[in-house]
Amino acid sequence: MRPDLPKYKTSDEVDFVIVGSGAAGGIMAKELSTNGFRVVVLEQGPYLTEADFGHNEVKILAQDFLTNHPKLQPNTFRKTPDDKAKPQRTVVYGRLVGGTSVHFTANFWRFHEIDFIERSKIGSIAGSTLVDWPITYADLEPYYTKVEWEIGVSGLAHASPFDPPRSKPYPMPPLPTKGSGVLFEQAARKLGWHAFPAPMAILSQPRTGRSACINCGFCLAFGCEVGAKSSSLAAAIPVAEKTGRCEIRPNSYVHRIEVDSNGRAIGATYFDEKRNVHLQKAKAVVLCANGAETPRLLLLSANKQFPNGLANSSGYVGKNLMLNGGGISFGVFEHPVNDYKGFAVSRILHDFYENDPQKLGFYGGGGIDARYDLTPIGFAMGALPPGSPRWGKGYKDLLAHNFQRTFEVFSHTTSLPIENNSFSLDPDVTDAWGLPALRMTYKDHPDDIKFARWLNERGLQLLDAAGAQRKWSFPIDEQVFAVHLLGTCRMGNDPKTSVINKDHRTHDVKNLFLCDGSSMVTSGRGQPTMTIEALAFRAADRITDLARRNEIA
Amino acid sequence: MRLFHRLDSPFPLDLSFPRGLQSLQFLVPLRTTMKNNLSRRNFLSQGCSSLSAVWVSAHFPAMLSAARHARESAQSATPKLGFFTPEQADEIDAITSRIIPSDGTPGAHEAGVVYFIDQALTTFAVEEQVHYREGLPEVAARTKELFPSIEKFSSATPEQQDEILASFDEKMPAQRRPNRPRAGGQNFFETMRSHTIIAFLLDPDSGGDPNGTGWKVLGRERSHMFQPPFGYYDQNYAGWQPVPDGTRKSKS
Repeated sequence: MRPDLPKYKTSDEVDFVIVGSGAAGGIMAKELSTNGFRVVVLEQGPYLTEADFGHNEVKILAQDFLTNHPKLQPNTFRKTPDDKAKPQRTVVYGRLVGGTSVHFTANFWRFHEIDFIERSKIGSIAGSTLVDWPITYADLEPYYTKVEWEIGVSGLAHASPFDPPRSKPYPMPPLPTKGSGVLFEQAARKLGWHAFPAPMAILSQPRTGRSACINCGFCLAFGCEVGAKSSSLAAAIPVAEKTGRCEIRPNSYVHRIEVDSNGRAIGATYFDEKRNVHLQKAKAVVLCANGAETPRLLLLSANKQFPNGLANSSGYVGKNLMLNGGGISFGVFEHPVNDYKGFAVSRILHDFYENDPQKLGFYGGGGIDARYDLTPIGFAMGALPPGSPRWGKGYKDLLAHNFQRTFEVFSHTTSLPIENNSFSLDPDVTDAWGLPALRMTYKDHPDDIKFARWLNERGLQLLDAAGAQRKWSFPIDEQVFAVHLLGTCRMGNDPKTSVINKDHRTHDVKNLFLCDGSSMVTSGRGQPTMTIEALAFRAADRITDLARRNEIA
Repeated sequence: MRLFHRLDSPFPLDLSFPRGLQSLQFLVPLRTTMKNNLSRRNFLSQGCSSLSAVWVSAHFPAMLSAARHARESAQSATPKLGFFTPEQADEIDAITSRIIPSDGTPGAHEAGVVYFIDQALTTFAVEEQVHYREGLPEVAARTKELFPSIEKFSSATPEQQDEILASFDEKMPAQRRPNRPRAGGQNFFETMRSHTIIAFLLDPDSGGDPNGTGWKVLGRERSHMFQPPFGYYDQNYAGWQPVPDGTRKSKS
């Protein structure tokens, strides 16, 4: 039963307006409304429910039913600031209530201690703006635990010898072990590595009115019809709405944060579904629009007082973009693995999370997982070995033989922060609302490529040790496509080299807060959502504290 | 996969689609359950796992029109076509039947792929009509060029048909295709190939071939709910055990 939901007037100055309802925004809404504040969440996408989700690959994957649409919201791409950007789809994110947490894989590793202090440990790296976080793993640990218990994560505590300390076990056991997980674990053991049950933000047991995973086999890219995937839509927004203080306002595309003459944010201006413009007033504004749209919104909000964009005195808004790297290797096995059944990942390993750049010859760290995340059509389009027939009898025979016998070993790696790598406003291309399109500038650090290739070799080693009859990898080259959107409004103590302080407050605007992938200082080893959510819980605590002490407005 | 670009999907909600006796048997208890104010989620939480197919059929009824059209058209004496003429449909059927042939197991023809594409081109893939408008005359031209005595593609032998199609597929190894690259050939071929694969493999419960022909060929079970063990390798798995040396290893 959905409670009676408040409908705030736009002229009604609510306590907080939150822009975005994804991994961070959903939790921010839950926490702030639970703490007694009046909250409006402005979400550019529609409010879909479980009943709207399905397994139609054309609708979901080709027609962007759940994601940002390349025709309405074009992107442009260039490798360096000297190039002219060309229209090209570069960014995919969830565009609906719940954001990308609706369709993600739900791999839910915590960051380790090293991710927060790596600059101090290994020193500077040429070509990178790598710095330490202003907070440590210990600061975030209680909030990781909160995510696991309040949002719902399955896993086995202390299973990996490389795991960081934790204050509490997981609230529920790991999901079942897939065939890929069994083979991966056996192979790792042979190689002296330590595979362990993957922590996943998917319920292995029914919990708070949500179903356990039914192993339907349509997970990555799809919304969960039974609420087992711990998206903000399933796990956070219902709690926020239940407070009676939170209004989720879908189809509301925010394009400007308004500031008064004192440099104080007064609310968010947005297009409604019919493209009428409204200003939702609020005492404070929290941007959780993701690592692409948050910096874009700050840049779109430039005015006389803030000519380079809001909260951009550092010039770092949109800069230091990190995508995470990685490699994908496929293996074909003698017997049916049937890895299409179930969620994507059941085993991972962190033996190469932390490495000595002196010994290796380059910087980098990562994790490896065994997975299957392809739909039947996706498999037929892209998962046969190189050189296979593409049509005809040979093609059909190979599909019939390989479909049940294939899985992937996926390695996930670091991206170094680089000032030139960024999101900015395209000077020429506009979106369907007439606003400057999102422009991505990106060129991987050479160490990122080297390490991704090195770790991918470990993946191939695993497939060998697992007894794959055939194995191959996708080539690893410079990335031009972004899913993890990190570092673009980074957190720091120094207002000259960061956008927000460790309370997630912008250095320049007292009542403007940012929390999402853009807040990150380093990229972790490839699975950022758990940390985005832990940051959101922590930020909500900090913001609540400031508000109660009357230190915001 | 960027194949269809339109946002709006015209597939109407259709509850009347026949799903076979097995599903219908279970529909009654499910409906009763729903009436008792148990939500679908609670229903699932209680572990009624064997009813998955039913639950899926009752609750994912959307987007079945193309498949239904494909089935009805295939079964009716005078197939209903929205975009292709009957003659064009014969050609498309012949082409898709070389992309996924029927050879011991059913292929594109048995899955009614041509009818799915026909429906798609008048609904959610209107923008791709152009590939067919330009491609079909090109198929006729190449047929004539390669085999002057053959009237049309669908009258050629399978071997001849493969040779004609290979002339479009410039990604084929050179020795296996007639050397006649021509602008747009690959484009048409890729469109045909993609559409054939999609029509063959789209979830039979979400708008794909309702007989699940393609999934049977893959060995993909029709259900949308599974229980471990899933396959050969996990059937006797004893459960996770720590590696005996479970201490922190020195880093590489």
